[in-house]
Amino acid sequence: MFKYFPHTDSDIEAMKKSLSIKTIDELFEDVPKGVFFSREYQVPEMMSETEIRTYFENLAKENKELVCFAGLGTYDHYSPAVIPFLTSRQEFLTAYTPYQPEVSQGTLQYIFEYQSMIQALTGMDNSNASMYDGATATAEACFMAEAITRRKKILISKTVNPLTADVVKTYAHYKGLEIEFVPAKDGGTDWNALQDLANSDIAALVVQKPNFFGVIEAFDQAAQIMHNVGALLIENADISTLGVLKTPRADGADIACGDCQSLGVPMAFGGPSLGYMATIKTHVRRIPGRICGLSFDIDGKRAFVLTLQAREQHIRREKANSNICSNQSLMALYVTIYLSLMGSSGLSRVNELSYEGAHYLAEKLVKTGKFKLAFAKPFLKEFTLETLISTPLIQEALLKNGFLGGLPLQEFGEEYENLISFAVTEKRTKAEIDRLVSVLEGLS
Amino acid sequence: MTNYDALIFEKSVTGRCGYSLPKGFASEFSLDTIDSVYKRDNAPLLPEVSEVDVVRHFSNISQKNFGVETGFYPLGSCTMKYNPKINDEIAANKTFNNIHPLQPASTVQGILKIHDELQKILSEISGLKEFSLNPYAGAHGELTGLMIMKKYHEDRADFKRNKVIVPDSAHGTNPASTAVCGMEVIEIKSNANGRVDLAALKAVLSDEVAGMMLTNPNTLGVFENDICEISKLVHESGGLMYYDGANLNAILGKARPGDMGFDIMHINLHKTFSTPHGGGGPGSGPVGVCDKLVDLLPNPRVKKMEDYYYVQTDALAIGRISSHFGNFLVWLRAYCYVLTLGREQLGKVGELATLNANYIQEALKKDYKSPLSGYSMHECVFDGLVDQSTGVRTLDVAKRLLDYGMHAPTIYFPLLFHQSIMIEPTETESKQTLDKFIEIMKKIAQEAKTDPDMLKSAPHDTYVRRIDEVFAAKKMILTYTDYLNYLNE
Repeated sequence: MFKYFPHTDSDIEAMKKSLSIKTIDELFEDVPKGVFFSREYQVPEMMSETEIRTYFENLAKENKELVCFAGLGTYDHYSPAVIPFLTSRQEFLTAYTPYQPEVSQGTLQYIFEYQSMIQALTGMDNSNASMYDGATATAEACFMAEAITRRKKILISKTVNPLTADVVKTYAHYKGLEIEFVPAKDGGTDWNALQDLANSDIAALVVQKPNFFGVIEAFDQAAQIMHNVGALLIENADISTLGVLKTPRADGADIACGDCQSLGVPMAFGGPSLGYMATIKTHVRRIPGRICGLSFDIDGKRAFVLTLQAREQHIRREKANSNICSNQSLMALYVTIYLSLMGSSGLSRVNELSYEGAHYLAEKLVKTGKFKLAFAKPFLKEFTLETLISTPLIQEALLKNGFLGGLPLQEFGEEYENLISFAVTEKRTKAEIDRLVSVLEGLS
Repeated sequence: MTNYDALIFEKSVTGRCGYSLPKGFASEFSLDTIDSVYKRDNAPLLPEVSEVDVVRHFSNISQKNFGVETGFYPLGSCTMKYNPKINDEIAANKTFNNIHPLQPASTVQGILKIHDELQKILSEISGLKEFSLNPYAGAHGELTGLMIMKKYHEDRADFKRNKVIVPDSAHGTNPASTAVCGMEVIEIKSNANGRVDLAALKAVLSDEVAGMMLTNPNTLGVFENDICEISKLVHESGGLMYYDGANLNAILGKARPGDMGFDIMHINLHKTFSTPHGGGGPGSGPVGVCDKLVDLLPNPRVKKMEDYYYVQTDALAIGRISSHFGNFLVWLRAYCYVLTLGREQLGKVGELATLNANYIQEALKKDYKSPLSGYSMHECVFDGLVDQSTGVRTLDVAKRLLDYGMHAPTIYFPLLFHQSIMIEPTETESKQTLDKFIEIMKKIAQEAKTDPDMLKSAPHDTYVRRIDEVFAAKKMILTYTDYLNYLNE
């Protein structure tokens, strides 16, 4: 007897009888004798539910919850209480991909709503149903650019988060794409260098908003330089900030992509999150992944289905431009509920509060005389400081006092030795910020 | 099923909101001071709704969905087993949810321990050396595994090996992953029993072959009984063997991919290890390798020195394929599942899943065409109704099942048969549920004879009926804005 196996002894006997077998092992007659596994797995013994609870409670305690001033792609934004209650409804949680649309209208409808919201935030024409994360979405955007331009070279701005750039580099290497970095200058992309690198071999340029240093760059020049040589602009944008910042569409981007974690998704050690991807009408048939479309059933009732499936791997097999065969559906639901609750005013307010907190902290830290802003450029919720104090030492002191961040950037490159990154969301209070500042005031 | 019929945008009333945010304390710094060239010029079109509106909307649309807890979900190749609640309870733990992925190792010892313990368990179950939990999904695992295969040859300066053998019965992801990894696909035909044809395999082996991808049991639900010979042939020609873990549930407790000669594999934790499918994700697709490939596993890696866990990025690795450690809350659930079953129960999964599938196969073969001989493994395949004279196709049978409150099996896959119906009951279904399913399937076979037109227009009792897919593809109404434009046409 075991709670997940409903078979009684008499059920098993009856089933074996119907198959005219004496032992279940007879069903495995095709497994060669030499590989038939006849011992127990060397894994822990089964635990009761109470033992499971205690075991994981203890494991949870072996991690330290910190007051988060860290960003670099993962942000500690407020997440409304409503969300987990709705996302844990079994109809959403335990369903498979909507292969039978007649009994999957719930999933399909929220995907349609999600696509609509991503469209609204990015200003692009169409979004897919979501992807694994921001970094893989960016890599897939590069593949998409390759397919559209039939060119094999990708430029990446040095101001793109190195974690994202690393994923793009890995994907590109195995696909046979060439990567070249566009240097940074004063915390932004060096547009003169880009002008020199631009030619008709380039498929696309990848830029990020706000960038790795927290700086908000203007991309109109980038779009112009790329379009002049027939290449695309891929903009990786923090979707939460698009509540107030200029849209990728207005920047002239051909593909917008990035992570949606900042839309109230728990940090959860980095996953699950989800990536978004949106593009202009011209390229919609090149977008990877699932897309949901509106239609009607035979009675004329409004209904939703997966559409444009001729792009996808199960039809095109080795001719498909992506191997993705799912989305991060439940996380897309998460985001759809979040954006429904926040609306445009809530998202604006999140950005205003984050802006205020970040600038308050930055000013206080600069006033200590131990830090200065690394770049005299506009920023929103994340910024980079320069200091003569050892940045790992700063991190250590903050950890001891229960803070995560600033994060030393030297882990991402030797050239960042004196730089440290802070992020402030609407969750951070004045008291927390003042306490962090007082810890750093004591350092030398 | 509910009659609720509104988009969240259609519930919007100007001036409503569903959030509460703090007052703020530093209004001397204002976003307004940012130069307008950096700002958007119009507010995004998002709904303005109250919290109650949101809760009712999503509760109502949820009821238009069919989940594993709604009823029997025998979707072949998807392993729709019961998703235990304790896994979700553990994954909802506040601490686990509040950890930033860039926290120093000293502050996340518990999570790193879970990673290490789970990867060890997966290695034992697979007969391989080590797993990375970084891949986000099965297809992502495939791509990662193929990168490892390619890098193994590159590191030996064997640049000719750029072809991957894939049987024609394989899932579409296998050839797609191969192409995305910059390699060519050699498709080989299956033999009359739906298995790898050894002669066809031998004919394509050469010093240009990087390896072979295989699902075992394969997508027809039969075990590749020549697997040892297949592995031997591929290895002798210098290639590696890749195991697609899509059907691992069948052999849990009965066979291990490593023992069959596989060098690389991925596991779909959302299938075999019971994590919820979430309407199409998030999943988790850990990749495991044999001893000689361990250094190639993707960054970042979890390592252990004495009792301390630390994070490492290794120059020998294929590179980074995810920002961090994959879908942590998913592999956390899988770990909880394994500990709940433990060594006493884990080995029984494969035999009960296989018993269930064979029970269905035997019971339905008078009414549905059984194209394969012998026992099936965890899933069974039919090629439509035995009586094809009524014109009732597999699609009609599937749609009619929805009327009877059961989810349809996978249809028109595998591609080897024209009217494929692929049924995977999993081990968590009782004999009573299977008997009910069998009864309904037989009833549908009768209805095909007595009232074929009724089947051809099924389903009749679902929230919506058959949907015009041509309209969707032609009109491309993919957002609310598109829809408003369509209404104004």
